[in-house]
Amino acid sequence: MTALTVTARLPARRYLIGAVLAAWVLGHALLSGRDTLPLGGAELTPLHEGANEAWDTVDDNRNSNPFFLYFVNYIRLVLDESVRFVQALISQPSFGRPVPLLGWLGVVALAAAITYLFGNIRVALLTVAGFVSFGLLGLWAESMDTLALTLTAVAYSLAVGIPLGVWAGLSDRFNRFVTPVLDFMQTMPTFVYLAPLTLFFLIGPASATIATMIYAIPPAIRITAHAIREVSPVTLEAGASLGATAAQSLRHVRLPLARRTIVVGVNQTIMAALSMATIAALIDAPGLGKTVLKALQTLDIGAAFNAGLAIVIMAVVLDRATTAASRRVEAQRRTGREISAFFRRVEVTVALGIAAVLSYLSYTYVWAAVFPAEANIGSYVRRAADAASAWVQDSLAGFTDALKNLVTYGLLNPFESLLAGSPWWLVFAAGVAIAALVGGVRAAITAAVGLAALIGLGLWQDSMVTLAATLVATLLVMALGVAAGVWIGRSDRADAVLRPVLDAGQTMPAFVYLVPILGLFGPTRFTAIIAAVVFAAPVAIKLVAEGIRGVPATTVEAARSAGSSPWQVITKVQLPMARGAVALAANQGLIYVLSMVVVGGLVGAGALGYDVVAGFSQHQLRGKGLAAGLAIVVLGIVLDRVTRAAQARTDRLGVIKED
Amino acid sequence: MRDQPVLDVRGLWKVFGPRPERAVGTTLSRQELKETTGCVAAVRDVSFTVRPGEVFVVMGLSGSGKSTLVRCLTRLVEPTSGEILFDGDDIRRADERRLRELRRHRLAMVFQHFGLLPHRCVLDNVAFGLEIRGSARAERYKRAREVLELVGLTGFENSYPDQLSGGMQQRVGLARALAVDPDLLLFDEPFSALDPLIRREMQNEVIRLHREVGKTMVFITHDLSEALKLGDRILIMRDGELVQMGTADEVVGAPADDYVRDFVSDVPRSHVLTLRWIMRDAMEGEPLDGPELDPDLVIRDAVRVVLSADRPVRVVRDGALLGVVTSAEILEMIAR
Repeated sequence: MTALTVTARLPARRYLIGAVLAAWVLGHALLSGRDTLPLGGAELTPLHEGANEAWDTVDDNRNSNPFFLYFVNYIRLVLDESVRFVQALISQPSFGRPVPLLGWLGVVALAAAITYLFGNIRVALLTVAGFVSFGLLGLWAESMDTLALTLTAVAYSLAVGIPLGVWAGLSDRFNRFVTPVLDFMQTMPTFVYLAPLTLFFLIGPASATIATMIYAIPPAIRITAHAIREVSPVTLEAGASLGATAAQSLRHVRLPLARRTIVVGVNQTIMAALSMATIAALIDAPGLGKTVLKALQTLDIGAAFNAGLAIVIMAVVLDRATTAASRRVEAQRRTGREISAFFRRVEVTVALGIAAVLSYLSYTYVWAAVFPAEANIGSYVRRAADAASAWVQDSLAGFTDALKNLVTYGLLNPFESLLAGSPWWLVFAAGVAIAALVGGVRAAITAAVGLAALIGLGLWQDSMVTLAATLVATLLVMALGVAAGVWIGRSDRADAVLRPVLDAGQTMPAFVYLVPILGLFGPTRFTAIIAAVVFAAPVAIKLVAEGIRGVPATTVEAARSAGSSPWQVITKVQLPMARGAVALAANQGLIYVLSMVVVGGLVGAGALGYDVVAGFSQHQLRGKGLAAGLAIVVLGIVLDRVTRAAQARTDRLGVIKED
Repeated sequence: MRDQPVLDVRGLWKVFGPRPERAVGTTLSRQELKETTGCVAAVRDVSFTVRPGEVFVVMGLSGSGKSTLVRCLTRLVEPTSGEILFDGDDIRRADERRLRELRRHRLAMVFQHFGLLPHRCVLDNVAFGLEIRGSARAERYKRAREVLELVGLTGFENSYPDQLSGGMQQRVGLARALAVDPDLLLFDEPFSALDPLIRREMQNEVIRLHREVGKTMVFITHDLSEALKLGDRILIMRDGELVQMGTADEVVGAPADDYVRDFVSDVPRSHVLTLRWIMRDAMEGEPLDGPELDPDLVIRDAVRVVLSADRPVRVVRDGALLGVVTSAEILEMIAR
């Protein structure tokens, strides 16, 4: 019964969507340029001015209002001092000395000792090479600033995240409470909460630490909870049958068995923290991010590349080191300690002893404290990158321009003109109608409220320009995601080759992508779109590949034995059966693309991204920047809800049909 | 005193679902109960006693509620209704602390999938129960080594579970249960994850251990031959209900219903039944000076004597003649 009505309605709905789009295009052709609600770059609405004033009020009362005096300012103080303390240790002149307590030699030795003791000799060597290269690139102090901020944020994130994760692992009720909160923290575009944070915690290390924690805590909580949950019930039952108390079974069973997964969580937390610590340069966080940001703002490709390289190296070192640590945990679990306790004690003593001696040297002697300036190859790297970028831009101009023009004129301009050039009421009506058709009533209501909010924020046209770019980027992401995802999902060899590349792509801080793409295409809207695509594609590809792999082998075999060609297997069996994963990939692709909007604003994307960036740097625009950040969140929520509703709908359809 | 049961279970119910108390006492079938209340009765009104030193086997197919039943005994699954008297105390009334004490000292369980701790070596796994009840290190290692020797794992103290074969892992599980020196050992299908040869070896191991340490055991299995081999008495379950309870030869010789009859139809009866099942009263004029045999002798072991005797074999217990057996009865039994 139901199946009949639903399948009968399906094509009808598709025609309706087509009709709405056709009406929209027609309306656009007739009414183009009318009622588009434009707002110039420096223009402000009363709302933005009100936000400015509110901000000024907060600034004026920062040291008298009890909420700030006894709460916010204390947090700020503690976090600022924590970061400064680590900086004093490794990166900034301190305690009346012209250099930090530990010079480069000491830091390198200590890092090597730690990675050796928790990992193995290979990652220790990699760590030495990586850290020395920071000095060689001429970015020792900046790198150490980034490291200090990252490590402080990681320490706080783990101190908060692991206990909460254990709690969420043990208690279903707490887990139900915390999951949507984490979802929200993770779907919120990262740059958006920077501005509100500075409102409370001023620009500087404290805001940067909190921003980093917001981004880095969710994986810590999630993965710890998952690790605690996945402990085999049989083992737990065996413990209970022997009379273990809840505390005993946590200590002797759950935690030891969860350890390896928790270390994976630590890895994710560190990578997230590093990514955010560089982005926090937008609110004046110290370190490599600031160098990249300055270089991006002055379009200094060489300097941006140099600092970007240092970030990549740091990401690789931190990733490898924590991965090696988790492998070691796993190895111990499988085979027991491979060495005797005595030998281990000797090893620890020797490693720490050497580190201590070298640290003392770096405390005492200038040559071991300050990285030798004559070994600086940073300027060569910068010049080489500049030259390479110039060469690429000149000689590949034919290709890159063609690509740029194709996307710009073929996709971006029509979309932008349709969204930003039509009267607002037409876009509004069409948007709500489409949301209703693909996602149902609730999606339509969300869309209506969201679009109304964009008008209220005074940023309608900017939002539409950003939306157009986001949709184009998402289309490209999905094209790439389905093509590469199907390939990886079907071929083990492709999986083996591409997966590490994707993993690496995901661990890289978002800034880093901009540099080579900027070098290729120069500062345009298109550059921003490509950066977003590169950032979002790995997630989409992985999700699609996962879905394709999830299709039961017997079903594929049955299709093949019926004489399907590979193309038929893909289009008639694998993709339809993986449509849940594809829908999820589209949803995640959108979220990731949207989170790059602000970064895009740095390289010429304009619109909301530019408004946010301008808000960071120009005093009178910060109210508008705040509104723009809010507009991005609104866009994110609307797109997320509508795609999710659509996804739920296809899932439901699937169930009914399969009945 | 000696015959007071170790375990006395009376009217035990376990119902899963919303407001399970409602379903206690129901006579509805599984399907009807599910439809009317949304509940599933995994154990329905089961009563039995386990005598000291006995191996008591609970047998049933998967879904018959036997694993739930054994978990109810130590309240790993909380029973819905009924009494579980362990040495006269109702386990269901024990509070958290008392229950833990019982589990730590008096009951121990062996699991189908072993439930070993992969991050601990064999010795630490075996000592785990002693560790959580607070024994000193030296003492618990000493005890663990003793038990490891008992189960034949000396030399593997420092191995890790995943370095051992399935059979050896289950020996560790067995040792862990024995280490706490419990009054009652519970086995939840301990050997069904093992291959047939190892399974037989482990069954013999249990028989040997039972002879050596004399523990009372409750043994869950879905394998009839295992049940017949190990069980002093067997309880057969279906859909949560007790279908039949008795010794191996009672189950095979006098199945309570078609379900059990079907179940035991493949069993070679001469391997299970005793002379008691085929003897008949002596007919008039029959010579009564043939060889004497015990009524509890399994037929298989009596074949040679009966067939080679030229006159009826007398079945005698405590000097009293219970009946006679001739080759006719033996052949009829074997031919059936």
